[in-house]
Amino acid sequence: MLHQFFGGVHPAEHKDLTEHKATTPLAEAPAQVVIPMAMHVGAPCKPVVAVGDEVKVGTLIGETTGLGAPIHASVSGRVAAVEPRPYGGGGMMMSVVIDNDFQDTPDPCVKHRDNVDALTGAEIIEIVKNAGITGMGGAGFPTHVKLSGAVGKVDTLILNGAECEPYITSDHRLMLERGEAVIGGARLMAKACGLTEATIGIELNKPDAIEHLKTLAGSDVHIEGLKTRYPQGAEKQLIQMITGRQVPPGGLPAHVGCLVSNVATAAAVWDAVTEGKPLTRRGVTLTGGAMAEPMNVLAPVGTPVGWLVKMAGGFKETPDRLLYGGPMMGNPIYDLDAPMMKSTNCLLALTAAEVAEQDPAQTCIRCGKCVEACPMHLTPLFMRMRVDKRKWDEVEALHVMDCIECGSCNYICPARLPLVQSFRTAKFAIRDKAAKEKAAREAKEKEAAKA
Amino acid sequence: MNEYKDLKLTVASSPHVNSPVNTRSLMLDVLIALVPALCFAVFFQGPKALALTLVSVAGCEFFEWLYRKLLKKPQTMGDLSAAVTGVLLAFVCPVTLPYWTVLIGDFFAMFVVKQLFGGLGKNFLNPALAGRAFLMLSYPVLMTTWAKPGVSNWFGLTAQSADAITAATPMGVMHGSTVADPMLPWKAAESAGTLRDLFMGNVGGCIGEVSALALIIGGIYLIWRGVINPRIPGAYIGTVAVLTLIFSRGNPHFEWMLSQLFGGGLMLGAFFMATDYVTSPCTPNGELIYGVGCGLLTVFIRYFGGYPEGVSYAILLMNVCTPIIEKYTHPSRFGVSKEDIRKAKEAAKAAKKGGAEA
Repeated sequence: MLHQFFGGVHPAEHKDLTEHKATTPLAEAPAQVVIPMAMHVGAPCKPVVAVGDEVKVGTLIGETTGLGAPIHASVSGRVAAVEPRPYGGGGMMMSVVIDNDFQDTPDPCVKHRDNVDALTGAEIIEIVKNAGITGMGGAGFPTHVKLSGAVGKVDTLILNGAECEPYITSDHRLMLERGEAVIGGARLMAKACGLTEATIGIELNKPDAIEHLKTLAGSDVHIEGLKTRYPQGAEKQLIQMITGRQVPPGGLPAHVGCLVSNVATAAAVWDAVTEGKPLTRRGVTLTGGAMAEPMNVLAPVGTPVGWLVKMAGGFKETPDRLLYGGPMMGNPIYDLDAPMMKSTNCLLALTAAEVAEQDPAQTCIRCGKCVEACPMHLTPLFMRMRVDKRKWDEVEALHVMDCIECGSCNYICPARLPLVQSFRTAKFAIRDKAAKEKAAREAKEKEAAKA
Repeated sequence: MNEYKDLKLTVASSPHVNSPVNTRSLMLDVLIALVPALCFAVFFQGPKALALTLVSVAGCEFFEWLYRKLLKKPQTMGDLSAAVTGVLLAFVCPVTLPYWTVLIGDFFAMFVVKQLFGGLGKNFLNPALAGRAFLMLSYPVLMTTWAKPGVSNWFGLTAQSADAITAATPMGVMHGSTVADPMLPWKAAESAGTLRDLFMGNVGGCIGEVSALALIIGGIYLIWRGVINPRIPGAYIGTVAVLTLIFSRGNPHFEWMLSQLFGGGLMLGAFFMATDYVTSPCTPNGELIYGVGCGLLTVFIRYFGGYPEGVSYAILLMNVCTPIIEKYTHPSRFGVSKEDIRKAKEAAKAAKKGGAEA
């Protein structure tokens, strides 16, 4: 039986723009790709190639220097530059720029593996690690770290096929077109963390995907249809919906015995294990009211955003903003030279008409819709009042650090108040204060030790 | 390779889309929901009901504009909240009320209750009900001069006939303290209307409160549109229903309960007054407590108070309790079960004890 999560909203879906369009390779490969050395949570990778080096698809170009996942070339050709370039996280990031030779020659490491069933869990994790697989749903947490941390601690593996953000359809298409890879990847991931079963959660607005995966899944992979409600695909809400467990504040899914991963990540695990392919390309939805031809494409990691826009026929009207991801949690892009990354599931060009109207003159009317919408049981209106007065202690006491920044409160607010923005400010201020206090305490202790 | 160098892209914090519902559309929905009640009022009490409502709306909008003009604040006419107050204030006045009186009520509601505390979202009392309370204290006779419902009201817009002054209201007949013997409205020597009259609105009373049917239609519209949720009206009406059924003062008991529900201002209060965003709690559990509190106070005032009707004072009293209700009804923290809270409390107690012993 499925459980319920509290709150949530139901924004207009706009998935019809691309949901029936099959994922196609790019009509024209980019002449140059820019691969940033940080596409994951953790420390940036160290480039291991130099200008002029020949690379093939899958050649290692970035080594981990701590928490992270290695990075591979996504096209074959010659390294044109190793230098800081604008990237999706904002600012500049050390990147490897590769001139494409349009041959797509695979690296010798990419080869078919026959004895998949004979692999042990530890071996699967090693393959995943070497393939540079990171969470493909958004945050980009290195998958091998997640898997190895889960061994012996989790009893439920959940794959996230909810795709609750409006506009995005890349996971939907993936489940329809590569269902075997998703199911196969689910089995491999379950084995890697010592489980025998996996659950795939999919929103009910994708009935074809649910049907398709049900025909493919055996008795060990469960397909659950979830009520269409944003933020269904948020990790904590998905766990709550499928297991009824609530992740404690500041905790990880492992604290309640769960491991959550994206369906696209599962497919990448399947490719890495069976074909030896590192994560070098992924499905991206190019959509939005300003995009001339909305479509789903399979693009090499590092393709500049401007190139993807060109492949989608350019802009049919001037976009107000361009986003990595969906309209609820997407990050704005300000430079079209910035590349798509391992976690880019969507490129959204919104027109001014589609974007939220802003009216700073309005005041909170205490309607309480934000309290009802918050899936984390917070009270956004009370938190905002205290943010305005810069009373960080009081905001913290209202558990602002629990906020997952899903944007539900902001979306539903009839006064159009920038709630999420104010909570980000508060979180930053609280972290900053804690760091300063810690530094001051340590300095004092040092002085005391000296004396 | 970049053809879009001149493109100006907005960089803003997510989310990038908003629900189409805004303050203005919410207020417009409330006004639409009040239309059936106004139609019934005009039918039973004559065109003066409409005229008084329009005067009140104009008064509220004018006084809000004037205050903000005098204090050089940005104008907020577009949000329609003053219009809602105007309609609601007229709805809790008798149709015989002179126009100047309702304007005094508008002034009090807008200047004193709403704007002096900072305008929309900042007032702690419902402006319409506070305006009515002010008028009740200042002009008790004018505020309790009821028109007899019927076609006669369609003639003589402003003239007050002898009928108007003597009309009995259902609440007056059912009241315990001021009349010796509370009874069902239709059993009184001078009938105050049958149960059907009470439901339709063919009884003496304030403009907007008489027709339970019209108000229920409006309330259902608001719930369907998502403007209000059923917690406050449900808890409020439910509490009154249970109490009046158990502690019935008329026979048959069920008819007594229905008379208590359909008579007086309960439906108007439960659907339109108690659900006022600004002055009711924002937390789901708080809304339930608030609704039950309104119900208890309403029945107490009706049974034991000096007034035959208690809805407006019940809601005003609960308005004052809203901050404290909110303080104790924050939703439980995500990921923290009751068990966890109990353990934390025990640990804190143990620590305190240990500290005292040390």
